Amino acid sequence: MTVRTLVIDGEPVGAREGETILEAAREHGIVIPTLCFLEGLSAVGACRLCLVEVAGAPRPLAACVTRVAEGMEVATDTPRLRAYRRMILELLFAEGNHVCAVCVANGHCDLQALAAAQGMTSVRFPYRAPARAVDASHDRFVLDHNRCILCTRCVRVCDEVEGAHTWDVAGRGAGSRVIADLDQPWGTSDTCTSCGKCVQVCPTGALFEKGRGGGEMTKRREFLAYITTARQAHRWIR
Amino acid sequence: MADLPSSPGLPAGSDAPAARGERLRLATVWLGGCSGCHMSFLDLDERLLALAPRIDLVYSPLADIKTFPARVDVALVEGAVATSDHLELIYTVRARTRVLVAFGDCAVTGNVTAMRNPIGPAAVLQRAYVETASAGAGPPDDVLVPKLLARVVPVHHVVPVDVWLPGCPPSADVIYAVLTDLLAGRPPATGGLRFG
Repeated sequence: MTVRTLVIDGEPVGAREGETILEAAREHGIVIPTLCFLEGLSAVGACRLCLVEVAGAPRPLAACVTRVAEGMEVATDTPRLRAYRRMILELLFAEGNHVCAVCVANGHCDLQALAAAQGMTSVRFPYRAPARAVDASHDRFVLDHNRCILCTRCVRVCDEVEGAHTWDVAGRGAGSRVIADLDQPWGTSDTCTSCGKCVQVCPTGALFEKGRGGGEMTKRREFLAYITTARQAHRWIR
Repeated sequence: MADLPSSPGLPAGSDAPAARGERLRLATVWLGGCSGCHMSFLDLDERLLALAPRIDLVYSPLADIKTFPARVDVALVEGAVATSDHLELIYTVRARTRVLVAFGDCAVTGNVTAMRNPIGPAAVLQRAYVETASAGAGPPDDVLVPKLLARVVPVHHVVPVDVWLPGCPPSADVIYAVLTDLLAGRPPATGGLRFG
């Protein structure tokens, strides 16, 4: 194992070669906010919440997809990064229809919690208020496109852990949306196994169990660590 | 606190109304909201008695005062800007108020009131006054009922806001903390506040 030494927020940090800045930081108790990243899934750098400043780099880099390098100097909490994180969160709220008060995930939402943690008390941008659909065709689950932030956690867990690859992303830019199979109602999907993994990893109220009322949709993320440990280490522990 | 914009109208420390021995001229305003924030304000319960000697409630739906007065120190504005009446009132409130507080999620984000935006006001009126109304009903007369704006917007998208107080509704504890800070001439601490 080759060890790389770098500096994060002034602290010398040792990391394995090939590790990401996010992994190295977390191993040393340094908190970098994330949203699309989820332990146990591949990292895609979609949301940019984990932006860090690396000395010599012309722009901030996503910590979840940037590998450590010898002598690298990383800053995870600067005024510029805080401003960008706030702006990213505000843009996410402005882009979809996120009405926390009437959401099934109110109080259990990663987006809502991050906004509070980053001190976001208002959105300076005009709300787009797009006309988006709700897909309740599945027997057990609902997809509310109004709450979707396109983090692709559902796409990745379905492909990488369940192996079904029911979900994909169609469209471009602000018109992007998550689709089942060949853009058909979720309930008519031939590949969906109704396992519910996508629902449990979804950071917001975009995917939820039928019959849940306001604030009732808690997400169980611990199953992911259980499955990956069981598969990779053959240890069936909770 | 660094996240809050400066409040030029907010007198600090020794200049605070309380320090000058004056009562705070408080207004509460009800735009497009459900009055839940006002109910939360009433949930201050016995703390209202502690506030009462330090405050003059100069305008409020709770006090039935018809016109918004001049020289208001603090205005708690509940609700989003949804109608022509709201628009007119919020300009008056801003012009006559030193510290404007966006009071609750509708004022801060548009919230439930703004859920009509994806479909527009015409569809809302059709549903409320035609499809679900008894025979003979029709869309309301704009003379009697304020005209719905094309889009519902949060207060700060229309006039500058000094303090944000999100929550649906904000808890009585949070409201009390903000009011006591404003009485003391301090910019209110807003850490830990969240929507919903």
